[in-house]
Amino acid sequence: MNIELFFQYLAAGVTYGTIYAIVAIGFNIIYNTTGIINFAQGEFVMLGGMTAVTLHAFLPLPAAILSAVIITMIIGALIEITFIRWLTSPSVLRMIIITIGISIFIREAALHIWGEAVRALPYFTGTEVTVISAGDVHISPQVLWVIGISAVTVVLLTFFFNYTLLGRQMRACSSNRDAARLCGISAKNMVTLSFVLSAGIGALAGCVVSPITYVQYDSGTGLAIKGFTVAILGGLGNSTAAIAAGLILGILESFSVWVMPTAFKDVVSISILLLILFVRPSGIFGSVEASRLKEF
Amino acid sequence: MKACRMFAVLLLTCMIMAAPALAKETIKVGAILAVTGPASFLGAPEAKTLEMMVEDINKKGGIRGSKIELIIKDSGASPEKALSFAKQLIEEDKVLAIIGPSTSGETMKIKSVAEEAKAILISCAAAEVIVNPVAKYVFKTPQMDKHAVIKIFEQMKAMKLSKAGVLSSNTGFGKAGKEQIEKLAPEYGIQIVANEVYDKAATDLTAEVTKVKASGAEAIINWSIEPAQSIVIKNARQIGFKGQIFQSHGFGNIEYVKAAGEAAEGVIFPAGKLLVADTLPDSDPQKAVLINYKKDYESKFKDEASTFGGHAYDAMLILTKAIEKANSTDKEAVRNAIEGLKGVVGTAGVFNFSAQDHNGLDINAFEMLIVKKGKFAVLAAPETKKKK
Repeated sequence: MNIELFFQYLAAGVTYGTIYAIVAIGFNIIYNTTGIINFAQGEFVMLGGMTAVTLHAFLPLPAAILSAVIITMIIGALIEITFIRWLTSPSVLRMIIITIGISIFIREAALHIWGEAVRALPYFTGTEVTVISAGDVHISPQVLWVIGISAVTVVLLTFFFNYTLLGRQMRACSSNRDAARLCGISAKNMVTLSFVLSAGIGALAGCVVSPITYVQYDSGTGLAIKGFTVAILGGLGNSTAAIAAGLILGILESFSVWVMPTAFKDVVSISILLLILFVRPSGIFGSVEASRLKEF
Repeated sequence: MKACRMFAVLLLTCMIMAAPALAKETIKVGAILAVTGPASFLGAPEAKTLEMMVEDINKKGGIRGSKIELIIKDSGASPEKALSFAKQLIEEDKVLAIIGPSTSGETMKIKSVAEEAKAILISCAAAEVIVNPVAKYVFKTPQMDKHAVIKIFEQMKAMKLSKAGVLSSNTGFGKAGKEQIEKLAPEYGIQIVANEVYDKAATDLTAEVTKVKASGAEAIINWSIEPAQSIVIKNARQIGFKGQIFQSHGFGNIEYVKAAGEAAEGVIFPAGKLLVADTLPDSDPQKAVLINYKKDYESKFKDEASTFGGHAYDAMLILTKAIEKANSTDKEAVRNAIEGLKGVVGTAGVFNFSAQDHNGLDINAFEMLIVKKGKFAVLAAPETKKKK
C-alpha cells in the first residue's frame, strides 16, 4: 500500500467520522438534561434534510437551511409537549420506548408527505465532482463544511452548557432532577428546551450531510445507529469526545475496507460498540466514577 | 367488545356469502404489491398502474363483457405478509390470478403456494429463479438480470475494456446481479479485479471505491437499487476514478441521476425502453404502447412514469390478452393461453411465451442508455463493428 492510498483511506475515514460525530452530538444534548437516549434523533436529522430540500425550491440555500432548522426545532418542541411533558416522573425505559414510537411515527409521516424519493441539497461549495486534491488524495469540500460546522457547534455547546445560566440549569436537571427543582429550576421546561436544541442540531446535521449521504424518509435510522455508537464510544453527554470518537470509528471503518471485504465494514463498528459496552460502558473519554452515579 | 367481534364475524360471513353472487359478473384479480415500505418505489407505481388500467378496462365494458374486480393487498415488501395474502386471495377471494409481488424475495416465498393451489401468478419481480426452473403457474414480466449483464459485457468489449471492479449492495437484487456477473464474466473475457459488497444503507462509499480504483479496474459495475448507486458514482469521481462506470437496470429512475448531479454524466446502463420512449424511432414496435402508458399515467397521477409501474402494466396486459384468447375465465384455460401468447407488445419488450419460457422476453428488451446532460439518452449501439 502506497502512501497516497493510505491518505485516501484516511480521508474517507474522516468523511465517515464527521458524519457520525455530528449526529452523535444531538444524542448528547437530550442525554445531558434527561438522562435518556432519544431514539428519534435520526428522524430529526432526516426531517432537517427533507425540509431544507423542500424549502430550497423557493429560498436561497442559507435561508432554506435556517428555516428547516427552525421548523424542526418547533416539531421537536411539539413532540416533547405532546408525548413527554405531561408524564409524571416517567421511568427511563418508558421514555426510551416513547422515543422509539415517535421515531416510527415521524418516519411514516415523512413517507406520506415526501414519498420514497431520494433527495439532496446541492453542495455548499462547488459541485458533486469538485474536490480538494493533494497529490492523489482527494476530499470533497463538503467534508470540510461538516467538520467546520461540527466544530463550531461543539464550541458553542460547550460554552452554553458550562458558562450560561440556562445551560447549567439543564445540566443540573440531568444530575439530579429533584434537587434542581428544589432550586427553582423548571425541569419540564429544561427537557422541552433540550428537545428543541437537539432537534435543531439534528436538523443542521441533516442539512450539511445531505449532499454527501442523500436523504430519504428512512435515512434517519441508519445514521442514528452510527451516531449512537459514536456517542457511546466517546462517553454519553460529552460532545467534544463525540467528535474524537466519530473520527476514530470512521477511520477504523475505512481501513477495515482495505484489509477485509467491505461487507464486514459494519461488523467493525458493531464489534467496537459491544466491546465498549462490556469493557468500558462510560466510553473512552467518559469518567467511570461519574457514570456509576447515573441511572442509565 | 365481544359483541363487536361477533358483529364483525357476522359481517364477514355476509360478505363471503355475497361474494359468489358477484363472481358471476366480475373477474377477480388479486395483486400483492409493496405499496408502502422499503420497496414502495416499486409497489406504489405498480398499484397505481393497475388501478388505472382496471378503471379503463371496466369503463370500456370489461373483458368479454365481464368487469374486473381488482383486490390490491399491500405487503410492505414482507415475504411473510405476501404469503398470508396469497393464501387469502386464493382460498377466500378465489381470484383468477395474482399479479405481483413486487420483490423477488416475496415472489419466491409464494411460488410454491401458487403452484400447489394451481393459481396463476404473474410476478413483477426481476430475479431469474422465479421462472427458472419453470413452475407451471408462475410467470414474470420484468427483464432478466442475465440479459442486463450480457448487455453490459458486450458494451465493455466494444469499448475494449476487460478489467471490471464490481460493487453490489447486500440485497436480493444486488446478490442476484453479482452472481450473474461472476458466472458470465469468463464467457466474455472479462476479468473481475475487485468484487465488493456494501450495506444497502451505506452513506458514503469512498473507501470502497478507493479499493476498486487501487485494484486497477478499467470500469466499475455497480448493482443496487438504493440511493447508494448515486453515492458510488459521486465518490468514484471524487477520488479521481477516470474509467467508465456501468450501473444495473436499477438505475432507471431519473431521481438517481439528479442526486448524483454532474458525477452521473457518462454513466452507461441497460434499461427498458420506457425511459427513452420519446426518442425511439417510429419503427420501434413498442413506441406506441410506451407513449400511451406514459401519457396516461403522467396525466392521471402527475408523477413521472417508471419502468416498475410498467411491469404491472405488462402483467395486466398479458392476463387480459390470455382471457380474450382463451375466451373463458377458467384457470386452466387462461394458463394455457398465456403459454401460447406470442408477440404481445408490452412496456418491457415484446413477449413471446412458451412452455419453457415463462418470461417471454429476449435480450432486445434492454436498451443501453447513457446519461447526457442530466438526462437519459440511447447509447449508439456497438453493433456497427459486427457487420461484415
